[in-house]
Amino acid sequence: MIANMKYLLLRRLTQTILLVLYFGANAYGWHMLEGTFGASHLFGVVPLSDPYTVAQILASGFVVGADVLLGAFLITLFYMVVGGRAFCSWVCPINMVTDLANWLRRKLKLDKEEVNYRFLKRRTRYWIMALGIVVSAWVGLAAFELVSPITIMQRGIIFGFGAGIWVVVAIFLFDLFGVKNGWCGHLCPLGATYSLIGSKSLVRVEHNHENCTACMDCKVVCPENQVLHMINKESIMVTSGECTNCGRCVDVCNDDALKFSIRGFQLSEGKKEK
Amino acid sequence: MADSNNRRKFFATTFQSVGLTALGGLLWSGYSDAVKASSLVLRPPAALPEADFLKACIKCGLCAEACVNRDSNKNSDGTKREGTLKMAKGGDHQVIGTPYFIPTEVPCYMCDDVPCVPVCPTGALDMKSILNEKEELDINKARMGLAVVHKESCISYWGIQCDACYRACPLQGEAIVIEHHKNERTGKHAFLLPIVHSDVCTGCGLCEQACVTEKPAIFVLPIDKATGKAGDHYVKGWDSKDQERVANAQAIHTENERSAQDATDYLNMEVSY
Repeated sequence: MIANMKYLLLRRLTQTILLVLYFGANAYGWHMLEGTFGASHLFGVVPLSDPYTVAQILASGFVVGADVLLGAFLITLFYMVVGGRAFCSWVCPINMVTDLANWLRRKLKLDKEEVNYRFLKRRTRYWIMALGIVVSAWVGLAAFELVSPITIMQRGIIFGFGAGIWVVVAIFLFDLFGVKNGWCGHLCPLGATYSLIGSKSLVRVEHNHENCTACMDCKVVCPENQVLHMINKESIMVTSGECTNCGRCVDVCNDDALKFSIRGFQLSEGKKEK
Repeated sequence: MADSNNRRKFFATTFQSVGLTALGGLLWSGYSDAVKASSLVLRPPAALPEADFLKACIKCGLCAEACVNRDSNKNSDGTKREGTLKMAKGGDHQVIGTPYFIPTEVPCYMCDDVPCVPVCPTGALDMKSILNEKEELDINKARMGLAVVHKESCISYWGIQCDACYRACPLQGEAIVIEHHKNERTGKHAFLLPIVHSDVCTGCGLCEQACVTEKPAIFVLPIDKATGKAGDHYVKGWDSKDQERVANAQAIHTENERSAQDATDYLNMEVSY
């Protein structure tokens, strides 16, 4: 059982440790990781900042300090290597909320039939990402930061929620009773940004078609299962930037057909990456 | 037939997508704009003017964390005191995630080392604006707001002796002074009136917190809400420095049908419009 949850537990551990460090910075004056995902100081020295937030601020017409630009550069570089949406599954606190909603959906069997939403496609998030920049420029204010459930939840944990908790509840209900993977998989512009940043990332999941028994457990747990189009078809890497590198597919695979690998270093036999 | 159906579907989808995007964009813009409008808020020291501040603030909370975690944040009995800066939450009716303070809860204690400002990563808190001639941080140069006295509710103006705000002021005798006036009602007492000097007041809010009336009669407003502006066309004729502004001014002569007459004539004339 535990063996099938290795990456899940590691992710929860990472997410929790990060939140505890941020929380401690405010509550106890720790200097390991201060600030929020918008902008942080690592060990009081290294600046880190969110590239999409910085893009919105620049679009609003304010030239930010060098600290923030350097921070956004470092974060971009990091996720270009480890997979952009590793942020989503290993760092983002909303991931815990939507994963819970998704898990409940499966337990309550709310996904009997596949629903096709006409205007809520997985690509909708890219439109929202672009719209966020346009609205920021139009209003002169970082627009997504006014509504982002990610930082609302994170600040809630650090500084207190207030009415912000209802934003988180709304996301949970939307993902539970509304659209499967609705927020993270269809709407979140930050996830869209990280999809683009990580589209050529080095850390990737690799599929070994020879070992695959086509049980499709991986597709059931995958929050972005369109990226697993190669399952039981060809032995290639999951190259889509939309893959969150959450490792759930690796966890649930009982046939050793999925594992983490490095792009360009195909381990299993079979066809090389296209 | 199939072809024209496809074309119809393509156009329908395209127009619907464009329409939805525009609708979403308008709603989002409208919301953002409305949120921005609530500007009766006091920002940390050295904050840029509100419109720029809202653009620049990345909502990271580093200023609030620096403010909250001070060893000096102690009440007189040694218990931990809350920090001044709060991060706006949902329901606070401020732009969410931005730092602000409420003087009646916790005013700004004007720390000498100004911990909240240098940590700002974006420049929303502009260190340059509070540097003195020696290039050191000087909290006295901060302009978080301006204290305003409401005479009708200030009991000093009733003739009751109270100098709570004056005594609470960290720049006592400079930002708030006490002016003495004769109390004509009793004929033998003095009014001790608190007067705020806007060129010194930092807007820390200690006076507002100290004020004894039920709802403070002295309170801090954002600078732009508490000040007026005379405009360029008023010149202090007695001030040679101010006179320089109009050294090269040109008089404007307007010629119209009234110019033929003397001003005293046409001003006293019956005019039908």
